[in-house]
Amino acid sequence: MAIFLDENSRIIVQGMTGAEGMKHTRRMLLGGSNIVGGVNPRKAGEVVDVEGKQLPVFGTVAEAMAATGANVSVIFVPPAFAKAAMIEAIDAEIPLAVAITEGIPVHDSAVAWAYNVEKGLKTRLIGPNCPGIISPGKSNAGITPSDICGIGPIGLVSKSGTLTYQMMFELRDIGMSTAIGIGGDPVIGTTHIDALAAFEADPETKAIVLIGEIGGDSEEKAAAYIKAHVTKPVVAYVAGFTAPEGKTMGHAGAIVSGSAGTAQAKKEAFEAAGVKVGKTPSETAALMREVYKNL
Amino acid sequence: MDLFEYQARDMFEAHGVPVLQGLIADTPAEVEAAAAKIGGVVVVKAQVKAGGRGKAGGVKVAKTPAEAKELSEKIFGLNIKDHIVKRVMVAQGASIAKEFYFSVLLDRSNRTFLSLCSVEGGMEIEQLAEERPEALAKVAVSATKGIDLAEALSIAKQGGFDDETAAKVAPVFVKLYDVFVKEDATLVEVNPLVLTTDGEVIALDGKVSLDDNAEFRHERETMERDQLDPLEAKAKAMDLNYVKLDGEVGIIGNGAGLVMSTLDVVAYAGEKHGGVKPANFLDIGGGASAEVMAAGLDVILNDPQVKSVFVNVFGGITACDAVANGIVGALKTLGDSATKPLVVRLDGNNVLEGRYILEQAAHPLVTVVDTMDEAADKAAELANR
Repeated sequence: MAIFLDENSRIIVQGMTGAEGMKHTRRMLLGGSNIVGGVNPRKAGEVVDVEGKQLPVFGTVAEAMAATGANVSVIFVPPAFAKAAMIEAIDAEIPLAVAITEGIPVHDSAVAWAYNVEKGLKTRLIGPNCPGIISPGKSNAGITPSDICGIGPIGLVSKSGTLTYQMMFELRDIGMSTAIGIGGDPVIGTTHIDALAAFEADPETKAIVLIGEIGGDSEEKAAAYIKAHVTKPVVAYVAGFTAPEGKTMGHAGAIVSGSAGTAQAKKEAFEAAGVKVGKTPSETAALMREVYKNL
Repeated sequence: MDLFEYQARDMFEAHGVPVLQGLIADTPAEVEAAAAKIGGVVVVKAQVKAGGRGKAGGVKVAKTPAEAKELSEKIFGLNIKDHIVKRVMVAQGASIAKEFYFSVLLDRSNRTFLSLCSVEGGMEIEQLAEERPEALAKVAVSATKGIDLAEALSIAKQGGFDDETAAKVAPVFVKLYDVFVKEDATLVEVNPLVLTTDGEVIALDGKVSLDDNAEFRHERETMERDQLDPLEAKAKAMDLNYVKLDGEVGIIGNGAGLVMSTLDVVAYAGEKHGGVKPANFLDIGGGASAEVMAAGLDVILNDPQVKSVFVNVFGGITACDAVANGIVGALKTLGDSATKPLVVRLDGNNVLEGRYILEQAAHPLVTVVDTMDEAADKAAELANR
């Protein structure tokens, strides 16, 4: 099973022929993902050899889907063109679009998201500004290292890329069903709640780790959702207790405004929902080990 | 980035939002000249990015240029919520009949835009929202449809405007939405939006926040930036993602989430070591080349508060051997100017090669520790010596 991404995922890469796109297409292929082609209107018709696999380049996402049966697109195009790339994927109604690109203007993400809503949410958008999604042993759509963690019963949803890697690494002996990095931007497609709902419904996932950070109210909403709808054990980690007010901490969305968006408020919301919160990533992993022992 | 009021005013004017004449002045003499140029009654307004300027004595009405000069002498140097007044705007006076409130902002919780509107303006909006929430309309705005005249009229009606006044303010709402979209703002707020006794609608005070991610498509070189901390300015010049904090343990890491987490872990560890705290946020991102590492170390080692440095890298895309080479190379470049102990924790991609490189280099300042928690403890201990 796993969520959103599995052994049946056929992946195209928007922006495959660029430097970032090519580097990560290669990494995904070597990690076992089924990459079936790329999209670049200026290079349509070309075939690119990546690690011995002949990958056709198409002019549009729709053409690529028609020719290859692709059902996932990973977006690596630069910030200035990312809105158009997301809208193209949405227009093609590809079931899953993963936007890795960092630094997209928030107006562009807001327009792409509004467009997706208007079109009836035919496309699940993950990101932007995220590491993507990996279902170990099945498929990897994004930039997460493929060999960091084995297959197992833990589902992971995180706002941060490196903390995703860190947590996968900490729990590598237990393994994961799916790890999904939802991204640190103010406007993102898939939320903590979307991932929680999918993990709750996934028979392969037995327990969930949630990683949040300062800014916004996604964690508070997730806590309320867990209390009402999630029966599987959840442990959480929140980064940014020492972040000062009004300063953006790396991620565009990671900013404390007044009393809103603080790590403390998020921690309290989780604890009020019966979710154990680790003080550090290692302590969080240890909490999950306790949970796992009693599964 | 938040703008000063005068920058917001100029931006409004450029987009056709009605504003009054306003000139900036950095000295009392400039204030006098500006007031003479504008003529009549003027308002001298402190330019600081903080609310409550009026209460703090930062806004004064003057009838003559001489009075404006005299009043400004008390405004320059004022401390308004830790912001020192260095610049004022001399604005044309207005005869106000009514004060309204309008804003449009990014509503990240609902992943859309939001307009706030009330016929009752002038007071702080947080106060209005608390005391009379029914007087403040909150209207979701579609990012694809925006605010056209019909939508603006609807927002005005919901904000409590009568038909006649709604017809007057609605076109201004449309122009303010224009500012919001065309300037890539995350907030455009006018408080108060006024109706003058002559029946004109004017944006009397404005607050604008811009999206840093969108700077690539705007030319704003002339726009004065916040006065950065000198270390922050240096880091910015080197294109580093750095925030100065008030502690003793310098932090370098890769990835915003991991660096935020590192600050927290160091703060916890510091509780056992004399209360030392993280000195900064510094995310070197994916590349982590020797150059970036050298630049990062250069900034951090120049912070006189820093007593020790914690380099915390999880190699996802970044290879740990590249990071290790970066550290060794950086220390070589810095030579004798590197005098503070470094605690390094590497994990992930090519970790064994990375640790091996550091062991071989055997730099006297460098300690390699296996886990993040232990490394934070070590860095805190060294900072407390």
